[in-house]
Amino acid sequence: MLRTVGELSITAGLILLLFCAYLLWGTGAYTGRQQPLLQEELAREMAGGPRLAQDRPLGRVRLGGAVALLRIPKIGADYRYAVIEGVSPEHLKKGPGHYPGTALPGQIGNFVVSGHRTTYGAPFNEIDKLRPGDEIVVDAREARYTYRVTRQHIVQPTALEVVEPVPGKPGRRPRRASITLTTCHPEYSAAQRLVVHGVLARTEPREE
Amino acid sequence: MYGWLWRRLPGNTVVRLLVAAVLVAVAAAVVWYGVFPLLEPIVTLDEVTVTR
Repeated sequence: MLRTVGELSITAGLILLLFCAYLLWGTGAYTGRQQPLLQEELAREMAGGPRLAQDRPLGRVRLGGAVALLRIPKIGADYRYAVIEGVSPEHLKKGPGHYPGTALPGQIGNFVVSGHRTTYGAPFNEIDKLRPGDEIVVDAREARYTYRVTRQHIVQPTALEVVEPVPGKPGRRPRRASITLTTCHPEYSAAQRLVVHGVLARTEPREE
Repeated sequence: MYGWLWRRLPGNTVVRLLVAAVLVAVAAAVVWYGVFPLLEPIVTLDEVTVTR
């Protein structure tokens, strides 16, 4: 009897360990399958291919659609993620998500993107390395927007002011294009949020 | 429990080891692909958005 209890406890422990492994690495497999699909969708639209029936007038993106390609040279030369429209758990499993209603890439206002830090491919695992002056490159349909990091800080999960059109200043009318990245902090915890802000430095129209 | 299972496995030690390995692999696959995806949304160790 006691032996069985012991054996069951060890089994439970092993399953728990396996679950941790699943969270860290297993979940990324799903993201790894979804990202190529989103990136293909973007590539097709950038190439001016046929628009799908559910597509929107220019400038609007349907929920679950690909918004832009995000690149952060500081994290790696081959670092690229397709940003998806929406920040529900289902969206964020596929990649970094754009807050619906916040500015689109390059627009005046705040282009807000959230991404996982440790699970589902952990796209924002290393954004804590970003320092003022580092580049965040956003390839949208119409142009390439290069933002420069201005600030990194840690906030409470309720700090809605970081997603305002002028970050940190609710109600203020925006006059420039900003970007805000949010993820969880500290790593492996949901206690706080790590936030990186940047402003638009350069716009390069896509050649037709 | 495992002793009881072991005695029920067929064949000699080598065959038993192989059968046991397959059983472990099957159990791991069931929890990995069947159970863990259902548990994952409950574990919020990676909340990334700001909300009210």
